[in-house]
Amino acid sequence: MSREAQVNLAVVVALVLLPLAAHLMGESYWVTLATRAAVLALAGVGLNIALGQGGLVSLGHAVFFGIGGYSMGILAYHAQTYTPLIESFGLPGTNLMPVIWLVAAISAALAALLIGALSLRTTGVYFIMITLAFGQMFYFFALSWPTYGGEDGLSIYVRNRFPGVNTLAPIQFYGIVIAVLLLALLLSHRLARSPFGLALAAARQVPARVAAVGLDPQRLKLVAFVLSAAVTGLAGALFADLNRFVSPTMFSWHTSGEIMVFVIIGGVGRLMGPVVGAMVFVLLEHLLGGISEYWQIAFGVLLLLIVLFARGGLIGLVAGREKAHG
Amino acid sequence: MMSLVLLAEQVLNGLQFGVMLFLMAAGLTLIFGVMGLINLAHGSLYMLGAFAAASVAAATGSFTLALLAALAAAAVAGVIVELLIIRRLYDRDHLDQVLATFALILIFSEGTRWAFGSFPLYLDIPPALSGPVSLPGGIDYPLYRLVLIGAGLLIALGLDLMITRTRIGIRIRAGENDREMTAALGIDISRLYTLIFALGAALAGLAGALVGAIQSVQVGMGEPVLILAFVVIVIGGIGSIRGALLGALLVGLTDTLGGVFLPEALKLVTDPASAKAVGASLASMAIYILMGAILIWRPTGLFGGRA
Amino acid sequence: MKMGRFLLTAAFAALASAAAAEVKVGMITTLSGGGAGLGIDVRDGFLLAIQQSGRSDIELVVEDDQQKPEIAVQLADKMIQSDKVDLMTGIIWSNLAMAVVPSVTAQEMFYLSPNAGPSALAGAGCSPFYFNVAWQNDALHEAAGAYANGAGYGNAFILAPNYPAGKDALTGFKRTFTGKLAGEIYTELGQTDYAAEIAQIRASGADSVYFFLPGGMGISFLKQYADSGVGLPLVGPAFSFDQNILQAVGDAALGVVNTSQWSKDLDNEANKAFVASFQEAYGRLPSLYASQGFDTANLMLSALAKAEPSDKAAFQAALEAADFASTRGKFAFGPNHHPVQDVYARKVVKEGDIYTNETIGTVLTDHGDSYAAECKM
Repeated sequence: MSREAQVNLAVVVALVLLPLAAHLMGESYWVTLATRAAVLALAGVGLNIALGQGGLVSLGHAVFFGIGGYSMGILAYHAQTYTPLIESFGLPGTNLMPVIWLVAAISAALAALLIGALSLRTTGVYFIMITLAFGQMFYFFALSWPTYGGEDGLSIYVRNRFPGVNTLAPIQFYGIVIAVLLLALLLSHRLARSPFGLALAAARQVPARVAAVGLDPQRLKLVAFVLSAAVTGLAGALFADLNRFVSPTMFSWHTSGEIMVFVIIGGVGRLMGPVVGAMVFVLLEHLLGGISEYWQIAFGVLLLLIVLFARGGLIGLVAGREKAHG
Repeated sequence: MMSLVLLAEQVLNGLQFGVMLFLMAAGLTLIFGVMGLINLAHGSLYMLGAFAAASVAAATGSFTLALLAALAAAAVAGVIVELLIIRRLYDRDHLDQVLATFALILIFSEGTRWAFGSFPLYLDIPPALSGPVSLPGGIDYPLYRLVLIGAGLLIALGLDLMITRTRIGIRIRAGENDREMTAALGIDISRLYTLIFALGAALAGLAGALVGAIQSVQVGMGEPVLILAFVVIVIGGIGSIRGALLGALLVGLTDTLGGVFLPEALKLVTDPASAKAVGASLASMAIYILMGAILIWRPTGLFGGRA
Repeated sequence: MKMGRFLLTAAFAALASAAAAEVKVGMITTLSGGGAGLGIDVRDGFLLAIQQSGRSDIELVVEDDQQKPEIAVQLADKMIQSDKVDLMTGIIWSNLAMAVVPSVTAQEMFYLSPNAGPSALAGAGCSPFYFNVAWQNDALHEAAGAYANGAGYGNAFILAPNYPAGKDALTGFKRTFTGKLAGEIYTELGQTDYAAEIAQIRASGADSVYFFLPGGMGISFLKQYADSGVGLPLVGPAFSFDQNILQAVGDAALGVVNTSQWSKDLDNEANKAFVASFQEAYGRLPSLYASQGFDTANLMLSALAKAEPSDKAAFQAALEAADFASTRGKFAFGPNHHPVQDVYARKVVKEGDIYTNETIGTVLTDHGDSYAAECKM
């Protein structure tokens, strides 16, 4: 077992056991914090598919996070108010999580197909800026679109349902989130080792060689971008359910930046990178935020130090430089 | 309906907005063109310029000194940041650059708030430039905005001359084309980089101070401008000063005229109330739609050679 | 400096009393980012009232929501689940209030709003556990419409940002304004340049301008409007003319009339004492927000003197009585737990080097809100 595999195993054990311990000690807020970390980690796992495996520096993943959030918000809003989703078809909303997840992932994937098809015509810094600009476009749209609350956002007063689970109990909701996160991690792990993943890695490193064997590197990247968006969209739906609320800030470019920060703090292209990154972020936000209003200065310095001096992220520090994949 | 006078005034407004965007975009595009660095913290230098100008204007009452202070503060901050942090990023991939400069935004924004407090600062137009003037055709237009347009175009001209005609310009162009070769020719590449970064920072600081006089000087003021400047250089083509100018004017005009005409145009097809709301929503997206359209047509922007 | 020391002593007092604390108050407010000034004023006003009460058995847990609704929701969870607070307060922004308040009151936790008053919480979404100590969002805009009538304006140009509070603002104005509209514009939220709008105002033939542009947007608009030479009289709600931003606007605001339920020169004992002690404690003039924070704390203190928050019915009745000396003079709650109060017109003046407001008259007397009828509690 490699060092990184040991670290990964330790992280999974901690993910399962620590919140359970907090729950047993009656510290339900720590369970809520852990849920937040797990949801943000899921968004990071999504981004990591594009970023770590596909080499696509997307500064617009907040679009997919937000679309996931609004999928939940809109469906649950119509279920809550007993109004049809689309007037002429009489299609109702829903408060069933699996349906919401599916809608969230598919909507995010469709948006990614459109944005990706446009953005992937460019590379490098153009790609970064274009994804950023698309993010702003969605942000402004959500801000001024009156039907679903505009800047006020949408409150969903009761958390959505999942058959057989009391989603309002923090530990049970955490159970759902952690199951989804572990599934996504498994998917991401499998993906990296699949023929598609290997071709994608090659398309990232030596696009000419991939083209030479008859594969279209652009198409590979587009597929990675869409998959990545679907996972991030799913995270958005769970995030909305965690807060029982969605608002345009989910679309803001700071959200994109933060999701990227999780991935980097943990380690780019590392399976558990986003998980470790999100856990550290949430912990720091909670601890530093309690000490000073100006905690973001300290956080900025820390982030800078990691980028400058710890290039493999925290996992890289612990497990050494060689990567499991990528 | 829309009169010609009003149209002319709105075109001037669009020009003025575009010219200020150019000052931001010029620095960004030079820094990227020569050093290959994407700098998200460029908006922080804009903010810094405005804060420096407001502080000096409050202390001395002189707008000229305030502008000089803005230039100096942003340039010095630029040099410090370049020496300490940015120069370690030139060989890194864009991802590291994005992250490190994102971290710089957090540090600059909260640091400024820590130093200056959470309330906006005061900076006003100098008395000599305040108030409207009458233009031919019966347009009353604020003198200060006319001065902004003139100053911005002069700076654009100066930059263009510098790049095409001077020794430093030759080095910059050489640096854009081939970094190793430039160094091999005995040009001190790291001093050149520091210089360019300081120049870009000073332009951003100047823009912040100039615009600060007619806007609110507050923490976070640089971020919306930063994103628009990105749109500008993507449209214009990264690395091109002329592209940045054209892109800035296009974005300025689209944003200003879109905000005015889209709600009016929608009134023709729908009721006035929803025309206003939908029109305003569309107007806020107009420049991104413009960007998308231009990229479909020319993926590296209007003047861009390489990605 | 002075403020630093005071906060420190407050913090020590809170620490010292933590063991003996009988009442724990959770305050979620904005202390960082561009909107921090408002939250800081609410917090400082609130702290001042607690300090003056001399009660050492009240513990205040203050957390920064960064003006992000998601963070506010999380903090509410933390305060309820982990800190186990007895009641909550502090939120500045309507969108954050909409994210937090419904779920807080659904858990039968009392929430006292020191600033935001979205219409949804005043009408069908009202709750016995929700009390607004500031205003329903429309109140100052309705007052502005009434003021414009009284001033003889017959053709107003009105503008606000394109977001829910902006639409409520223009709706509120139009509810009371009886003249014609020369134009109605929704600007972009966070917009910094108003040249295009000012050009439209100039061309519209209006006789007055009403605008709702909170925070930095208002500063930008006022400076640019003054420089444009358009010169039509301006009317606005207090938010763009308050103590915390007036110094940044400067001369451009002089003489502008704005509507407010509070002013630093309101002639009553509670207000005089508040203004003097706030200046003494923090070295600056109090803002509208500081007065709201101060009133919120005093309302809470008056209710705590009569009942425990755990005794829901008794505490609710004690709050409803509003038995405290408000800085606004008189203060009462309507049936939906929103204020019934006077709204004044103020004018921006310069006192020495300081820009501030002077009350010029009462615009609306015992003004409630128009959503109370929809509230069933």
